[in-house]
Amino acid sequence: MSLPSGRDLIAIDRTLLHERTGSVALRALEADGRPVAYPDRVYALMDHIVSNAPDRGANSARMPDGEAFITETRDAAKTAGIHLIDVLDPNQGIVHVVAPELGIAQPGLSLVCPDSHTCTLGGLGALAWGIGSSDAEHAMATGCLQVKKPPQMRITLSGELRDGVTAKDIALHVIMRFGAAGAKRCAVEYAGDTIAALPIEGRLTLCNLAVEFAAFTALIAPDEATFDYVKGRPHAPKGAAWTQAVSEWRTLETDPDARFDFEHAIDAQDILPTVTWGTSPEQAVPITSAVPTPTTDDDHRALAYMDITPGTALSDIALGGAFIGSCTNARLTDLRAAARILAGRKVAEGVRAVCVPGSGSVKRAAEAEGIDRIFTEAGFLWGSPGCAFCFYAGGETFAPGTRVVSSTNRNFEGRQGPGVRTHLASPAIVAASAILGRLGTPENITA
Amino acid sequence: MSGLIQHSGIAALLPRDNIDTDQIIPSREMKKVSKLGLSDGLFAGQRYRAPGSRKRNPDFILNQPPYDQATILLSGKNFGCGSSREHAVWALAEFGIKVIIAESFGEIFYNNCVRNGILPIQLPPAAIAELAAAINLTIDLEATSVTATQGGDSYKFDMAPSDRDMLLKGLDPIAMTLTHEAAIKAFLKKDRAARPWVY
Repeated sequence: MSLPSGRDLIAIDRTLLHERTGSVALRALEADGRPVAYPDRVYALMDHIVSNAPDRGANSARMPDGEAFITETRDAAKTAGIHLIDVLDPNQGIVHVVAPELGIAQPGLSLVCPDSHTCTLGGLGALAWGIGSSDAEHAMATGCLQVKKPPQMRITLSGELRDGVTAKDIALHVIMRFGAAGAKRCAVEYAGDTIAALPIEGRLTLCNLAVEFAAFTALIAPDEATFDYVKGRPHAPKGAAWTQAVSEWRTLETDPDARFDFEHAIDAQDILPTVTWGTSPEQAVPITSAVPTPTTDDDHRALAYMDITPGTALSDIALGGAFIGSCTNARLTDLRAAARILAGRKVAEGVRAVCVPGSGSVKRAAEAEGIDRIFTEAGFLWGSPGCAFCFYAGGETFAPGTRVVSSTNRNFEGRQGPGVRTHLASPAIVAASAILGRLGTPENITA
Repeated sequence: MSGLIQHSGIAALLPRDNIDTDQIIPSREMKKVSKLGLSDGLFAGQRYRAPGSRKRNPDFILNQPPYDQATILLSGKNFGCGSSREHAVWALAEFGIKVIIAESFGEIFYNNCVRNGILPIQLPPAAIAELAAAINLTIDLEATSVTATQGGDSYKFDMAPSDRDMLLKGLDPIAMTLTHEAAIKAFLKKDRAARPWVY
């Protein structure tokens, strides 16, 4: 319903929480004496600061004094009567990996989480967006949020992707092309035959990076591939409810005569495997090119932080670390893509390589395929699920100054640790670069 | 929360685009399940000489008088992008920041500001450059204007009426929504019949 203020009151179908920002929201509600209005539609997960050690315990954190975030979330979740997917639950993992896996995220749901990468779930055709802790309190206390209708942007991609180009490359290309503020707080629809051909896990990756593009969220119209993906998952509708749900989901696609505030068209052939060179995701270039000439003060600052000089071929940039993980690229297809490159090879000397699967379910499936052994035999550490080295929380990380190629979402100064230099890339590029000891593609590997 | 109608104070310029919430408060500075005690970690990566240290970096503007008393920040595009952590806004508010003027904001950060009584103002780069030349600024939320306190051009800004109202009156949005409880319940009953698989 419309409010006199000009905002709309939107019913929220699902609220997701994690221990880092959800704990404080649950505690604040308790302190205000406000119960969770619809506890059966709220899920708490543990991902941000859980330890990634293989032998972690129920309260093991990866940052000093981090246990309190885990134990307080657990206690508050139990008191509030909401769902809890705890540290030692076989389904534990990163909220934006677990929510699609368990069928908690579905097409057409309104879904929020105090986490900026909630837009990931738009890949299933859900209206999902990141909020602050105060709005999480609001959603839990009322089952609603007051929302300003965002402007609409459509990005239509046509044609086949080149070999080696993944959803991650599409996302980095879009941000490089239009800027990190380019989405202007819009709800962005990714459309076109390129998107229709993108597997669901790729759609999740593409929508994941919408927040790095300053979008309110991103969405992809649900189609048969989406329905096949959702069907049979533990929280998905079953029986007659399934039939009814799918018939409603088929109506969710954009009307042919719909008008958007902004429209962009991209030829898929224009997209090359892309990596970032700087400290904003917009500071990106095709991996076959060189570090560009700086044009702004921010470019100069980024070059200084990254300790690279304009004109250097990216393939000449030597690495000290490689990370595969995060809500962006830690799903089974991501690990398979990396494993294809790592099989029978070794990580270059001097590169510390780490892989952390996105969830317990991803980890088990990968282990059943022998992917864990491919990673460990290549010289990667194989961790327990969580956000891990995507962001530094205090505690263990790469050494200051280390240059890391990473399948994650943010190359901000200090994001992966004080002084750590991050180059964002697809899992295949991370794997190839780890073998090469410098940025490169699978084609650059000769042995 | 009390309302914000007019504010005069010292304005510090952070002349960059894309200042993210990891810069505003690094994750390592979020040490407790609390909204309090966060100002100590504000801009920790730049305010202090080394991670974990509390030795002040004299080159950072918020360590330099008179800007160490700043209550207004000026910056570039996409201020507050990145992580949704409301801790960034809690840290700014506890430090004493009342107003942030930027070319644009991260969407979640913008909402978090409004929810916590910080006024986010969007202005074009030329206006920000002009205002940055003054030390003291005066903001009038009722008139939606920013002026150098010493005198000079006045800049009007746009703000959604809902956000302006929230800041002017210091409203509690949860209490506002709960006044519609009957309508919410009626909607949910109808929606449950139409989309039973959601409930």
